[in-house]
Amino acid sequence: MTAVYKRELRSYLTSMTGYLFIFFILLLTGIYFSAYQLDIAYPKFEYTLSAMTFVFLICVPILTMRTLAEERKQKTDQLLLTSPVSVGKIIMGKYLALVTVFAIPMAIICFYPLVMSKFGDISFGSAYTAVLGFFLLGCANLAIGVFISSLTESQVIAAVLTFVFLFAFFMMNGISSFFSEGALSTCITFGLLILAAAIIIYSMIKNFLISALICVIGEAALAVVYVINSSFFAGGIQKVLQIFNLSGHFDNFANGIFDINGIVYYLSVIAVCVFLTVQSIVKRRWN
Amino acid sequence: MIEVKNLVKKYGDHTAVDHLSFQIEKGKIYGFLGPNGAGKSTTMNMITGYIASTEGTVSIDGHDILEEPEKAKKCIGYLPEQPPLYFDMTVLEYMKFAADLKKIPKDKKKAMIEEVMDMVKITDMKNRLIKNLSKGYRQRVGLAQAILGYPEVIILDEPTVGLDPKQIIEIRDLIKSLKKKHTVILSSHILSEVSAVCDYVLIISHGKLVASDTPDNLSKLAAGANNINLLAKGEKDNIRQHLLEIPGVKEITIDKKTGVEGWNITVSTEENRDIREEIFYKMAENHCPILEMQSRKVSLEEIFLELTEEDQTTSEDKNTEQEEADPQEPTESEKGENHDSSL
Repeated sequence: MTAVYKRELRSYLTSMTGYLFIFFILLLTGIYFSAYQLDIAYPKFEYTLSAMTFVFLICVPILTMRTLAEERKQKTDQLLLTSPVSVGKIIMGKYLALVTVFAIPMAIICFYPLVMSKFGDISFGSAYTAVLGFFLLGCANLAIGVFISSLTESQVIAAVLTFVFLFAFFMMNGISSFFSEGALSTCITFGLLILAAAIIIYSMIKNFLISALICVIGEAALAVVYVINSSFFAGGIQKVLQIFNLSGHFDNFANGIFDINGIVYYLSVIAVCVFLTVQSIVKRRWN
Repeated sequence: MIEVKNLVKKYGDHTAVDHLSFQIEKGKIYGFLGPNGAGKSTTMNMITGYIASTEGTVSIDGHDILEEPEKAKKCIGYLPEQPPLYFDMTVLEYMKFAADLKKIPKDKKKAMIEEVMDMVKITDMKNRLIKNLSKGYRQRVGLAQAILGYPEVIILDEPTVGLDPKQIIEIRDLIKSLKKKHTVILSSHILSEVSAVCDYVLIISHGKLVASDTPDNLSKLAAGANNINLLAKGEKDNIRQHLLEIPGVKEITIDKKTGVEGWNITVSTEENRDIREEIFYKMAENHCPILEMQSRKVSLEEIFLELTEEDQTTSEDKNTEQEEADPQEPTESEKGENHDSSL
């Protein structure tokens, strides 16, 4: 694992991408810091951070696009996958290298509250809670980028897909407000989703009976639950979509709350993405 | 050492490797021989655990590649078809990275890297970026990576592709010298390479093992099947009768070729017996003028071609197939072979 970690880290820091990533984050921090703190002397650094969470939409795809897509294209994954190192360790090495690169601008960001404290009283607790939350949010975004990079061998596709997904997650509040909160419409939406899932399953396994059975059982279960307790569905779509609301979970940190829920949430996102990445690499060997 | 049982790889409807089984023993050089697309690389990728098999098992030193991948992979050094190089690293950095991946102890690492770089003669290049190296040197760096850590089995997928003639000879000598300590499996579509380097040849065609033997035995097999082709006038039954009187004749086929006067006769003889003179006198005695006579030794190359083409022309009789192969002897692929073997 350390071998992969060291190689990745060196590769980021000897090429443009790593510095581009660091540059963008520091640039935006600088702009917002001068706007909020230097110009209007606002004492809360956490506002600066919460205003710039969109920086990940641009930076993360730059950094993660080549992580696995490039290996696959250059066939260097043959070296990694035939060496006596498990896939999990390879992915962890790569992911930790990304986190380390991200930790560099974060370490610099940590000085901002100290600078501010020279000019007045500020709450270090809430400022550094926000920094921690910001770091976790970035790490979760990086994990998503790594996973998407494992799906394709084209860096461009990986970058665009990562951007699209991160953007969708970023806009999740807006997206979920498109959907009605009514129980009936939620139930119908879930019903359509089950139908779509059944069609996808059919296209994969080519067995009409099994996919039809899955579809019928799913729809029947939905109908039964709806008849027994229709309020169960109220706002269901929003609940499901909130799972993907990455930056939404940052709000608590930005308000100075040390949110254990949020920490668990981000760590789970990271764990799920790393797990899915490993699975996608392992699965590719079977195709 | 390596045991491959019933290996199958399917890509959708296409079967790339079809129930392949063989065993690899210690201390020998094995050659996978087969035309392009025969399934050599796929087989090697499955042995090294890069891709998984659809069916069947591979075990290395008793470790199943899918069940105990780390133990199994530790015994293998692999140079894939395209050397897996990071272009943004220098040769030395790359070697250090490969050594770390293979978990070579720190105290041995430096000495081992230097030794291996010396073996493949890339010491002069150690501070160059890999992207600035020529194809031949890249291939050598890939080879160095495979040798590094001195694994028990070294698997090389077309190790001499893209090298110049001098480099090919150097690499071949290097591979031969590896035999002392390692088992080597190499693949090639160049017959001369395999017969020059390998102790044992596995010929693969359409994902199936069509022959496996030592190069000597394969040549003997070939020498045993000496044929003489004749074009002669006379009465068909007469000719057959007289020719069969000659000691050493095993089989005769006579047929008429359109547009040519006389009979087209193929006489197969016993091993290493030259009966051309006897045929001449016999035919002269019986007033059957010989228009043409040709002695044909079946070379290893022809056996290779025949074995790898057999799949497409399965139902045909062996004799007629050989005759049919005659006029189209210098096929495109063979031209390539000859060209390569002259290097």
